[in-house]
Amino acid sequence: MRRDPQRSRLFTRRVAVLAGGKALLMAGIGMRLYDVQVRDSDRYALLAEDNRINLRLIVPPRGRILDRFGVPLAANRPDYRLLVTPDQTDDLSATLEALRAMVAISEDDERRVLREAERTHGVVPVTVCEDLAWDEVAEVEVNTPDLPGVLVEAGRRREYPFGVTVAHVTGYVAPVAESELTDDPLVRHPDFRIGKSGIEKQYDQALRGAAGASQVEVNAFGRVIRELDRDEGRAGDDVALALDIGLQAYAVNRFGAETGSAAVIDIATGGVLALATVPSYDPTQFTRGLSQSAWQDLVADKRGPLGNKAIAGQYPPGSTFKMVVALAALDSGVAGPGHGVFCPGQLRLGNATFRCWKKGGHGTLDMTQAIQQSCDVYFYDLARKLGIDRIAAMARRFGLGGPTGLDLPGEKPGLVPTAAWKEAVYGEPFHPGDTVVAGIGQGYMLATPLQLCLMAARIASGRMLVPHLARAGGEPAPDMGLVPEHVALVREGMNQVTNSQRGTAYRARISEPGLEMAGKTGTAQVRRLTQPERDRNLKLEDIPWEHRDHGLFVAYAPVAAPRYACAVVVEHGGSGSKAAAPIARDILYEAQRRNSARDPNAPATALLHSV
Amino acid sequence: MALRSFQNQKLGLGQKLGRMTWGLVLLLTLVAAVGSAMLYSAAGGSIRPWAMPQAVRFLVGLGVMLTVALVDVRVWRRWAYPLHGLSVVLLIAVDVMGEIGMGAQRWLDLWVIQIQPSELVKITLVLALARYFHGIVAEDMPRFWPIVPPMLLILAPVALVMKQPDLGTGTMLAVTGAVVFFVAGVRLRWFAAAAVLVLSALPIAWGFLHDYQQQRILTYLDPQRDPLGAGYHILQSKIALGSGGVFGKGYMGGTQAHLRFLPERHTDFIFTMLAEEFGIVGAVALLTLYALIIVYGYAIAFRSASPFGRILAVGMISVFFLYASINVAMVTGVVPVVGVPLPLVSYGGTSMLTLLFGFGLLASVNIHRDVPVPRRGFGPAEA
Repeated sequence: MRRDPQRSRLFTRRVAVLAGGKALLMAGIGMRLYDVQVRDSDRYALLAEDNRINLRLIVPPRGRILDRFGVPLAANRPDYRLLVTPDQTDDLSATLEALRAMVAISEDDERRVLREAERTHGVVPVTVCEDLAWDEVAEVEVNTPDLPGVLVEAGRRREYPFGVTVAHVTGYVAPVAESELTDDPLVRHPDFRIGKSGIEKQYDQALRGAAGASQVEVNAFGRVIRELDRDEGRAGDDVALALDIGLQAYAVNRFGAETGSAAVIDIATGGVLALATVPSYDPTQFTRGLSQSAWQDLVADKRGPLGNKAIAGQYPPGSTFKMVVALAALDSGVAGPGHGVFCPGQLRLGNATFRCWKKGGHGTLDMTQAIQQSCDVYFYDLARKLGIDRIAAMARRFGLGGPTGLDLPGEKPGLVPTAAWKEAVYGEPFHPGDTVVAGIGQGYMLATPLQLCLMAARIASGRMLVPHLARAGGEPAPDMGLVPEHVALVREGMNQVTNSQRGTAYRARISEPGLEMAGKTGTAQVRRLTQPERDRNLKLEDIPWEHRDHGLFVAYAPVAAPRYACAVVVEHGGSGSKAAAPIARDILYEAQRRNSARDPNAPATALLHSV
Repeated sequence: MALRSFQNQKLGLGQKLGRMTWGLVLLLTLVAAVGSAMLYSAAGGSIRPWAMPQAVRFLVGLGVMLTVALVDVRVWRRWAYPLHGLSVVLLIAVDVMGEIGMGAQRWLDLWVIQIQPSELVKITLVLALARYFHGIVAEDMPRFWPIVPPMLLILAPVALVMKQPDLGTGTMLAVTGAVVFFVAGVRLRWFAAAAVLVLSALPIAWGFLHDYQQQRILTYLDPQRDPLGAGYHILQSKIALGSGGVFGKGYMGGTQAHLRFLPERHTDFIFTMLAEEFGIVGAVALLTLYALIIVYGYAIAFRSASPFGRILAVGMISVFFLYASINVAMVTGVVPVVGVPLPLVSYGGTSMLTLLFGFGLLASVNIHRDVPVPRRGFGPAEA
């Protein structure tokens, strides 16, 4: 070096430049670190939290559905599921083999578990089987130390303790369908069940509750490391119904093998005490997912177990409609209380002949007698004088021809025809003949059993009751504005239907003093009988089931101080007096015996135990 | 002759140990200790599987360094070409019969040990270039022909390494060569010419790149392009750095590293983990240790009497600087992810041994700083 000072200087210069360059680079890296670690630190800190913290929804327990005395109609049962986290177990197949000694695992289940384990890279728990029995849970829990990665998770399953008895009222829950997705993140949770029909659907929001959340720390593979925070959410509210499950069960059983429905309304409040539909289905099966064949069977059944006949079955009201015609006549002044009509057994109108159900005719009747004996000619006469629109107006005041406002989805409106309606639908005027048959609740007229029950309740109370299933206090229903004497007259007619020997339902009376009922029979033609059939005087058994008449009965009890209104429709059961009246009588007797309408908050009585 | 006896002068072992760079050994030990501590954290608080082997490797490497340091610098000059030749032969061997590993042929399995010739060649390249420029006379420097042989010394291994393909090491070798050219006093016009040549060759070179290498460069240019794919590493690394903030999340408290959002936390991204757990304070502290080592290296270069010693020292310290700066620039998203470890800290044996071998040469330069180094010939006495 001493020999080459020029080169030495060059070296020093170059090294200085190089060192300077390195220092600049270091400074650049330092500034970069400053930018990331100090200037943008907050943003990255947030991203780091996003990375590691997962918010998991907790499905709150769904509210129960209770009857008026607190008996659960829909509740949640603990459901134990067996899960295994594949990467926490040494040998998945061996673990499943060990589990097989304790719980039943099908080969399909095993294949599914192995497949899911592969798909999720083993870090996500896979469900092995569901709905474990308690002793199975206990056995697995005891052996946990020998079963790494296995865990038992407690979930909930909706169950309906009374099953078929109130299925059409409670409805059922099921997994959320695509069309039911909303902003509520809860509905996207795989464990969430949504109300699909009945009260479950009507009060879904209240029953649902509010979702809880669990903050968990997860690693890059999604495995939960620990729980950081937990908010249990709010359990769904219980929904208490006015319904008395004891009376409901009685009504359902009373139908036996018959098809039909019955409604019972508390006249004091409008609360629906029973809403029976026979036959029915088991809602618990729906929550588990119905098999294809079970579903096919339900759909194919001609007795229609899926339909809620009480609110969606529409039948011609037949003679049960006569009180409405009578009140329309009294109210409009077409006929006074003493109005008499001679019944020769038929009414001739132009070329047409309208028969009374009694071939020989009733002779001369006043209004009370006409109701008592259900004389058709009397009401043909009234209808002809009233015209359809005045009949229709009165029918609507009694809740016919439109939804009653019951808090249950799927209610049908029935049909109360008017001249304008017929013009609009058929393009024809309302013929006098149409009006005449409307006078006995036939022709275009349709009503649901609930509407008929409401009609009976309004006649019995004279007030604008509105039926409701959820127990609710509130104002007493307003008066209907009818003349009390007119209503009293109609009620006396109904009283005589059951309580006088000439009444059409005398044989279905309640004879126990103080519990007597008043009612009205009705028979709805399913198929108009031909003249030869009529002459042969066919017996019920000779007609095919589908062609038999529907038997109807509306009633209330006790006569002296009405509390319970009831309507019974027996599909293809024949006449109202033979098929429907005895069922209505027994239901109303049972309602009074049970004291169904008593204040549920009053001290329990021995009667409760008969539930 | 006086000159001859002067050239033959031998230092005793005591003298050598006295001139040993003990300060450098201390700094290196500190950095290695930081490395083992971070590996302990990376394993979730366990000396297995990384911290313990790494510490053992450092001790072995330290032994290698001291041994290399005690060998006369003239011996290293004498063996510079043969060693570099051996490296290039090994690179060819890797190409011919190398094992496939990590998607690239880099390792040579010699039954007893696995060696990575691309690491070895970083040392031998500097040695060979130092020897060449030591031997050249000042009058030859401005001319073109004298810089052709050293160009070949560089290009042969660069081409072989690039072919493996190992873009990161290839670039490092080229830059190392350029740095040695620069300090050796090669005229700046040759640098300018080389720059023009490289720039015009870039579009052609792009075509020769493997698909994943092109992806890496594109991802580097726009990290958001593919946040879950190739950009994931850089993004997660920046999140870890940024969330570490000024003072960090505490030792073994780095969520990004411990929940495995950070990839390769024990190797290429260990700096990120350190910065996440100790913040910018910890990061700057480690960089300061590196800076001190580099300053130490320059001091050794300036004290050396021979061009060979100076060039060797600056070259070695530049290799070290390149490792550190490329790794840190990579994890902070300044340069593409190229797979360069953080020197003495990242888990891995080959780079540790290579670097400590290099520091051994540096120490040897320091110990033999006054020894006259012959310009030509293979033996110290034959010049």
